[in-house]
Amino acid sequence: MHEATAAASSGLLARALKDAAASAAITALLLVPLVGMHATEGPSGALVLKYRFGLVAIFALLVGGLRLGLHLTVWRGDSARGAAPRFPALARLAGPAGDAAKPVFFAVLLLYPLLAVLGSGGLGPSRYWIDLGIYILTYVMLGWGLNIVVGLAGLLDLGYVAFYAVGAYTFALLAGSVPISDFFAGTLGADFWRLWSFWVCLPLSGLLAALWGVILGFPVLRLRGDYLAIVTLAFGEIIRLVLINWVDLTNGGAGIASIPPISFFGIPFSSGEGGFANLFGLEFNPMHRNIFLYFVILALAALTAVATIRLRRMPVGRAWEALREDEIACRSLGINTTLTKLTAFSIGAMFGGFAGAFFAVRIRFVSPESFTFMESAVILAIVVLGGMGSQIGVAVSAILLIGGMEMLRNLTFLKDPWLFGPDFDPSLYRMLIFGFAMVAVMAWRPRGLVSSRLATIFLKERKKVSGDLVREGHG
Amino acid sequence: MRPWEQDPILAVDRLSMRFGGLVAVSDVSFRVGRGQVTAVIGPNGAGKTTVFNCITGFYKPSAGRLALSHGAAPSPSELDALTRTGRAAARTRKGGVFLLERLPDHKVASAARVGRTFQNIRLFSGMTVLENLLVAQHMGLTETGLLSPAALLNLPSWRRREAAAVERAKTWLERIHLIHRADDPAGDLPYGDQRRLEIARAMCAQPVLLCLDEPAAGLNPRESAALNELLLSIRDADATSVLLIEHDMSVVMGISDHVVVLEYGRKIADGTPEEVRTDPRVIAAYLGVEEDAVEAIEAEVGV
Repeated sequence: MHEATAAASSGLLARALKDAAASAAITALLLVPLVGMHATEGPSGALVLKYRFGLVAIFALLVGGLRLGLHLTVWRGDSARGAAPRFPALARLAGPAGDAAKPVFFAVLLLYPLLAVLGSGGLGPSRYWIDLGIYILTYVMLGWGLNIVVGLAGLLDLGYVAFYAVGAYTFALLAGSVPISDFFAGTLGADFWRLWSFWVCLPLSGLLAALWGVILGFPVLRLRGDYLAIVTLAFGEIIRLVLINWVDLTNGGAGIASIPPISFFGIPFSSGEGGFANLFGLEFNPMHRNIFLYFVILALAALTAVATIRLRRMPVGRAWEALREDEIACRSLGINTTLTKLTAFSIGAMFGGFAGAFFAVRIRFVSPESFTFMESAVILAIVVLGGMGSQIGVAVSAILLIGGMEMLRNLTFLKDPWLFGPDFDPSLYRMLIFGFAMVAVMAWRPRGLVSSRLATIFLKERKKVSGDLVREGHG
Repeated sequence: MRPWEQDPILAVDRLSMRFGGLVAVSDVSFRVGRGQVTAVIGPNGAGKTTVFNCITGFYKPSAGRLALSHGAAPSPSELDALTRTGRAAARTRKGGVFLLERLPDHKVASAARVGRTFQNIRLFSGMTVLENLLVAQHMGLTETGLLSPAALLNLPSWRRREAAAVERAKTWLERIHLIHRADDPAGDLPYGDQRRLEIARAMCAQPVLLCLDEPAAGLNPRESAALNELLLSIRDADATSVLLIEHDMSVVMGISDHVVVLEYGRKIADGTPEEVRTDPRVIAAYLGVEEDAVEAIEAEVGV
């Protein structure tokens, strides 16, 4: 039996390799005249022929590699087709193997700054990697926050960025407020508000965002599906337009600068006496603050994840999922659907508010430019791509989407004269590639990367519920 | 006085429901006896489901009064006093009374404790069987608040409460013989099991009146016999009154204490199964003949 399988798989591999080589050769032959020779204007104005055989080779290898990949995964002969999950690694993420992988996942997250410093050789050079980590984790957190609304409660929210903006502006306005600063200067010391403003404003930002969630949710949650999506979209735009036009309060399109930096619970990251480095006997380095910011967003994201896990196992979380499954049945069981939707909306908004306050303290500048519809779309794409309701799927898709888009900036080898030339800017194609990636994932895994849902309670064993049975919700 | 009129759990008085120009239910009055199984029957389009949707709060009736009582039926004076106040509920000497037409649908289920099932099964198919039964106990579990700190922090007091809910769910799963499927998705169950699970889910909310919309639809004879047994045990062991719409006459005649017949939105008969079976108007409604031809038909079918 084993031998037969082995023989079959080696035959499969041979066939796949042959096919891949053939398609690569055909591609190369076809592309030599089409791509390999490029007529451009020479220095004297005459046409000169440039040869780009490197590009041809890359295309040929791409085609060959893709066909090989397809042969080994999707086109695995007719007998195996459809029987096994196509992406076993991803399917396992949500299962028992995922449980074992979680501590490893967390260890990697905790050690990431250390790895970045060691890998790039010093605190200074690690800056790019730490910032990338912070950037991705912000989106992981936003994805998890929106996951409560879209993934669990099934309410399509296209204006999530509004709550992100409310959080950011709450912190920016309160931290920069002179009366508050003066008030605390008189009672708790001149520097108190500058040092502690983030820690005081973080919960306030979350609460205010939650309040806005309630204010928005109350009138619109009687709408369903597409109508809800359109109203939330409009709400996101209204918040942004208010931020632009209420110049007296928000300084309009110019934004708010001079936001105080984050402190290590009251200890500033400054070079002088009493600074973080001085107090802990370290040599001053501005990277200390970035590493601390990394741990703050890690803690905030972890809080979101833990809260979501806990909420899912509470009656309110089950009511959210039940609401996504069948709202009429929920009402027949006495569940107050308006109140339940409102809790989902406001708790999701609260985490968006936390992330917003963090965004403001990290960039130390907020302007309406940062809260466009594009941001909502990216966060929603993360949730949909990850598999609605799945935390690990959302985290993986945030890493893939945000990290992947960022990585496109680094593809400097494409600027080689043999390829696209120095004028080529791969990051300009980010959105195109992003779009292709979304189409590809939706074609192969229409329910997202992790499409199954884990039961919240069990008698004997925790089983996975196939995505085919789980409904997406109609708002 | 008929048995269901002595202590009705639900008194439907002059109920009418209009959708625009269409009168779906017109001036229907009947009583649902406490601790009895009451069946509403009638040809297709007679307004049975409309009556149900009015009782369970999914429709607001155009006119009429739906008085549901806990404990014991209110005296006519108590009921009239409540009707005049404009409030939806009142305490009475022997319990409480709710005017269902004044309550929003989720309050009909949570405060007045009217449970229901649906003609087309509405389980949470992506959730497991056990989760379905826990969602049904939402009201009991959230008595201390939707986001109670005890539940958020998983304190022992909360864990006891949840364990009790799981225990009730297990009892019901044993009664409907689905305990071995507790961790499977509800959408994976066969049709007959889904019907029973939907009844168990409604019962987990501990209703005083259980409304079943065609519970035997699509069941084979063996399954409908099991359903009869389950409904009788609900009536006798759980002290829950049952109101059901049904086309399957073996269920209606086998377990009902009282049958109400509707046709074209009007009540045409009301009595014990035997009385209804021999009522010429009912036969006419079902066989579709003129009133004066009923006798001939009766002779033909031998009643």
